[in-house]
Amino acid sequence: MCLSIPSKVVKIDKENAIATVDTMGVQRNASLDLVSEEEIKVGDYVLLHIGFVMNKIDEADALDSLELYREIIAAMNEEDRQEAILEAEEVNGEAREAALGYECPKRSV
Amino acid sequence: MGLELKNLYDDFRDADTIKAYAKIIKKDAKLLPHAINIMEVCGGHTHTIMKYGILQLLPSNIKFIHGPGCPVCIMPKERIDHAYVLAEQEDVILVTLGDMIKVPGSRGSLQGARSKGADVRFVYSPMECLKIAKENPHAKIIFFAIGFETTTPMTAALLDAVIKQNIKNIFFHINHVTVPEVMRELIDSRDIHVDSYNNKIDAFLGPSHVSVISGSKIYEEFPRDYNRPVVVSGFEPVDVMQAISMIVKQFIEGRCSLEVEYKRVVTYDGNVKAQELINKYFEKTDLFKWRGLGNIPKSGMKLKPEFKEYDAEIIYKDVLPLGEIEDHKLCICGDILRGMANPPECTLFGTACKPTSPIGSCMVSSEGACAAYYKYGNLV
Repeated sequence: MCLSIPSKVVKIDKENAIATVDTMGVQRNASLDLVSEEEIKVGDYVLLHIGFVMNKIDEADALDSLELYREIIAAMNEEDRQEAILEAEEVNGEAREAALGYECPKRSV
Repeated sequence: MGLELKNLYDDFRDADTIKAYAKIIKKDAKLLPHAINIMEVCGGHTHTIMKYGILQLLPSNIKFIHGPGCPVCIMPKERIDHAYVLAEQEDVILVTLGDMIKVPGSRGSLQGARSKGADVRFVYSPMECLKIAKENPHAKIIFFAIGFETTTPMTAALLDAVIKQNIKNIFFHINHVTVPEVMRELIDSRDIHVDSYNNKIDAFLGPSHVSVISGSKIYEEFPRDYNRPVVVSGFEPVDVMQAISMIVKQFIEGRCSLEVEYKRVVTYDGNVKAQELINKYFEKTDLFKWRGLGNIPKSGMKLKPEFKEYDAEIIYKDVLPLGEIEDHKLCICGDILRGMANPPECTLFGTACKPTSPIGSCMVSSEGACAAYYKYGNLV
């Protein structure tokens, strides 16, 4: 019910306060009655709800989020890699111990 | 790099980001001082949580309680009966949003009324009423308005257009409801219903688009007066995972505050122009009856007295039914809306009550907890 659709403004009819917006290839009209005139311009990303532009999507903020997500994924991948190395070392160590017939001193993690 | 429209869809649904957050949450959750129950207030979040299997990604000490934030689900039968009766009146065209099609009242749904000959039209936007009124100058168009703060300004914009264009055949039946009042009702121990209410809620996942209109300021009282953290989250699964992570961090750091994850669209003050439009035409009702929750003070909106000539509830007061209607005896929608039970605990769930033939309101809308469990719940 409260869902809204991110869309891009492609045309503005100031006189009738109507914007033409593009939602992933589908164009439609939306009322600008709920936003101030100077706030929305062509090329902006906006949220669309039951035929109205609700507000503008802050592009810089969205990009910040995407950057944060990239960092998180990179950090997680690095952590996974480190864990994999430690695991591999442990397996190798155990194999060596078995071959040598005695316990190697454990490395602290 | 610039932002593409598809980034706003794909990147906030990205599987790797969701997995990365799942890992962070799992790690942080080990430091939680106690298990936590998060209530997602909004039905849109319920839908996301079920659709993307977010419950399965969370450690056992983080649980979700599904909240009452689905305006279709909380609509009492009495109000649907109003719509039904209005649709039966001579020369009336009843217009409402598509979400209302299947919701059962005591005499059936609006779809049922239409099949019996009533002129009921389901529209995408309230503004379509203008066209219908023009094409049917002798008919009375009644807009049955539903929704939370998200949808209220659109009804106000329609009334604004009706007055400015001097249109004489559009009227309103208002059923708009507000979020903070129901959140307060659910946790306020001063309330007389407290014995039956759920006080297991440790934190709130704040609604997305209610907050776009009203601003995050409407939740300030919850961390301050009730000691419940609130994190306003977007509807995409990455948004929800990030918001959960933010809630967990508050608990492990011993903080209790209002935070916004969904900063790309939510500000502290919200959409001021939309709020002004709401305040111009609407005022709070003393009480609004929520299905399953009962009467909640100041939780509904109605037209201000100076606009009574547009108020279908006043114009048609002689034909609108009064009196209370009981819910189906076995239906536990009330407990579900209060977060006291999960859908599979209902004996009707998936047997007598299905999305194609709903008995309870939570099965009607795809944002209702029962419908979400029915569609995606076999994963749990």
